[in-house]
This record gives sequence, C-alpha cells and structure tokens, in this order.
Amino acid sequence: MHRTALNDRHRALGARMIPFAGWDMPVQYQGLVEEHRAVRSAAGLFDLSHMGEMYITGPGAAEALDYSLITAPSKLAEGRAHYSMICADDGGVIDDLIVYRLGNERFLAVPNASNAESVATALRERLAGFDAKLDDASMRTSLVAIQGPRAAEILQPLVGVDLKTIKYYSGTPTLACDMPVLLARTGYTGEDGFELFMAWDDSVSVWDALIAAGASRGLIPAGLGARDTLRLEAGMPLYGQELNRETTPFEAGLGRLVNFAKPGDFVGRKALERSKGAPRKALVGLRLSGRGIARIGYPVYLPAATDSCGTVTSGTSSPTLGFAIAMAYVPAQHAAAGGAVEVGIRDQRAVAEVVPMPFYRRST
Amino acid sequence: MDIPDNLKYSNEHEWLAVNGKTAKVGITAYAAEQIGDIVFVDLPAVGTRVEAGKSFGVIEAVKSVSELFAPVSGRVTAANDGVGKSPEIVAAEPYGGGWLIEIELSNPSEIDALKDAAGYRDMIAGL
Repeated sequence: MHRTALNDRHRALGARMIPFAGWDMPVQYQGLVEEHRAVRSAAGLFDLSHMGEMYITGPGAAEALDYSLITAPSKLAEGRAHYSMICADDGGVIDDLIVYRLGNERFLAVPNASNAESVATALRERLAGFDAKLDDASMRTSLVAIQGPRAAEILQPLVGVDLKTIKYYSGTPTLACDMPVLLARTGYTGEDGFELFMAWDDSVSVWDALIAAGASRGLIPAGLGARDTLRLEAGMPLYGQELNRETTPFEAGLGRLVNFAKPGDFVGRKALERSKGAPRKALVGLRLSGRGIARIGYPVYLPAATDSCGTVTSGTSSPTLGFAIAMAYVPAQHAAAGGAVEVGIRDQRAVAEVVPMPFYRRST
Repeated sequence: MDIPDNLKYSNEHEWLAVNGKTAKVGITAYAAEQIGDIVFVDLPAVGTRVEAGKSFGVIEAVKSVSELFAPVSGRVTAANDGVGKSPEIVAAEPYGGGWLIEIELSNPSEIDALKDAAGYRDMIAGL
C-alpha cells in the first residue's frame, strides 16, 4: 500500500483511512457531511497525492497529445489547462484527466490514481511515433487542493502570485509557503479552488501552513468521502463509475470534449464518429422523491416495467440539497429531463425524475 | 469507546438489552461511528417476525447503506419512531434515545450466543 507524504498528518487528525487505488487514504476526518459543508461554505483541504502526474515534453509533445487524447492540447495557450480524456481505439474511455500546458513543448497530464499505470502505458505507446517523451512523476509529486469560497483568501498570503490573475483552468509556477509549486485554479468540487503540485516532501509544510492559515476562516481537512459527494452534486463523472472502457465520451454526456476538427488522426476517432450518431446509452441525473437513496449498481426501470433499462452509477443523499441524487445510465431515448423512472432499492421501487446536471451550481 | 456493561452484543455490532421476555435492540457506538452521517433508518413494522442473524432493516448514511441484523429471533413489539424523525439520534445516543426495535423473544437461549461487554470490547479492539 502506498502512503502519501501526509499519511502521518491524516492519522494525527484522527482520519479514518481506507485503501483506495492502492493508496492508504483518508475517507473522512471528523465527518463527511461536516467536511462537505465546509467546502460549500468556507474551505476544505484535500490530500490528492495519490493522483498521477505525467510530464509530456519535446518538440513533438503538442502533436503527440493531439494524437493521444480526444481534445487538442496543441490549442492550449501556455499556462492554460483543459479537461480531457484518453480513449481506446474502440472509443471506450481509458481515463479522464486534466492537461496543463506549462510551456511550448512541456505539458502535464493528471490522471486518476487508479488509472495512472494504464495511462502511462498508453501514452508511452502513442508517443512512440513523435519527438516527445513521457516522464511519470506520480511517485515524486504531491498534490494538495484547497477548495471552497474562502480558498483564495486563505491561500493568498502564502503564495507569491496575485490569485486574481489566475483564471479558472490555468496554472503557474510560484512559491507557496516558500516551496516551489505549480499552482492551478482547478478542482473537483464545484467550488472555486486551487490545486498545488509540488515535490513529494514539500506537501507537509504546505499542508501545515494551510491548516494554520485557514483554521480561523472555517477551513477543515476533507477526505475522499466528501470529495465524492461534492463532485456528484457538481455533476462530475468519476472513473470506474460513470466512466469506463465500455463507455464513450458521448454516452457519458461529454461528447463536447471530442475535437473532430483538429488536424490529423487521433486514437479512437473512427469509433467516436460512430458513437456520436448512435450512443448506446446516456448518462442522466436523477432526483429521488422518497427517502430511499439510489446507490451504485441499483437497477433503473421505466415506470411499472418488469425489466430494468439501466443502472445507477453513483448516488447519495445530497448534503447541500437535502434530497437523494444519483447518476445513472439509461437508453438514450429516455434521457430527456423531466422523464419519470424508478430505481430498485432493495425490494422496493423508488420514484425518480430525470433532471439536468449539475445538481448544484455555485452562485457566483 | 462507550460499551455499557449491562448489554449483550452481536458480531454485527448490535446491542441487546434484555428485560424479561422482551429485548431492546440498537447499534453500538462503534457501529454508529463507522457508519458516519446517518440519513434515515428503515425499521420493520410492529408485528414483523425477525430471525437471528437475518436482516431486519437498513441504515442509510450519506456514504453507504448498512443492513441491520437481528441479534435474536422474535416478533417486533415496538419500533422507535424517534429515529424516523431525527435519525442523527442513533449516533448521538446509540444506547438511549437511538434504540431501534423491541423484540419479544421466541428463543431466549439465543442470548447465550451473544457477547458480553468485555467480549465485544476485545472484538472491536481486533478490528
């Protein structure tokens, strides 16, 4: 089991630790809902050092990434980032990731911990025909995220850059608590926030400084449990649940990411052109009207139907909204908002409405 | 961890307070802490027959759903309305206001298979 540089900190804070993608990670500290609410109302601090960090560099790096991913990283300005996916030849999603352009010939890709190895393998194969190389820095890079409406005010005194100049989905090298970091305005919570990439051991002093600076402003450490409910309210997919090798970006409602206009071929292009016109399923948001909570794997039915037509991929009782929400795959013809479905919860059927996502959108 | 000496405990982290031919059932403080933020508790109706080791209801938390397993067999004679109205009481007062159901015992000898407080304390120390 891998441990992040902050493992001792989590234990000292009384976190409940769980194995996650081969890492010993905090699922919660004092309580999931308290942590969730802190991120919505003030700020939460996350250790995300389990995630992958891969540098793609060289004169052909931009072209190689255009070939490897469904987006066009070559179109990114230096310092900007975008959300992307790496797909297989058949259009199935290998992983979703964020790509940062750090320089003309230098990119950073951040895949999920659970897929870091398969992404590195796929990228190495795909880069082979280009003047570009991959440096998998995952095991020497720490990642700490501060998320929430008060994140900027807490972070500002500790960093050597005016945070107002950092746009959403951009990043810049700077110092944080005297440590060199890549500071990015990105996140997975639906709130404003920042992610700080740094050398492995540097995360300890950055973490301590942020905890100290944020304590009087409502910042608390937040675990993977809150991260999951926050991203679900924000309508963001999770690999392994909404995304997998049997699902295309179009089916996951993320077809807008696929850049067919970019020059040259890219892995999955033909299959994705087919999937665009004929998705086998569609990801929908569900609002449940009763007390029941739809969970991953629960069957979805058309009203009064005997056979299920789909499956829940994520579900929880939304701490912010106060009712149960879920994501599910259903046949594309039943994906329109306003439609009624039922979710099989143990031996009962719960009535649910197809609703637009995100379930929650921050007010500013 | 609060583990009252006067109760019996199951391997599934339910407690049993025996009072003659009936017994109250709840979940332990350890179980409540593990489950986390409880959203609601689904309990059987009065009159339902429950069987030792079998599920009699569920606790829904934000993160997950947990089944409740009957520590003994019998007929449900009361279900705690209070946990329906404010499920957080299960974690706040697991051995008091957060009790779940009362069972009329059909086989009192099943109690002998349950742990005492010391035995339960040993069990969770090993988890």
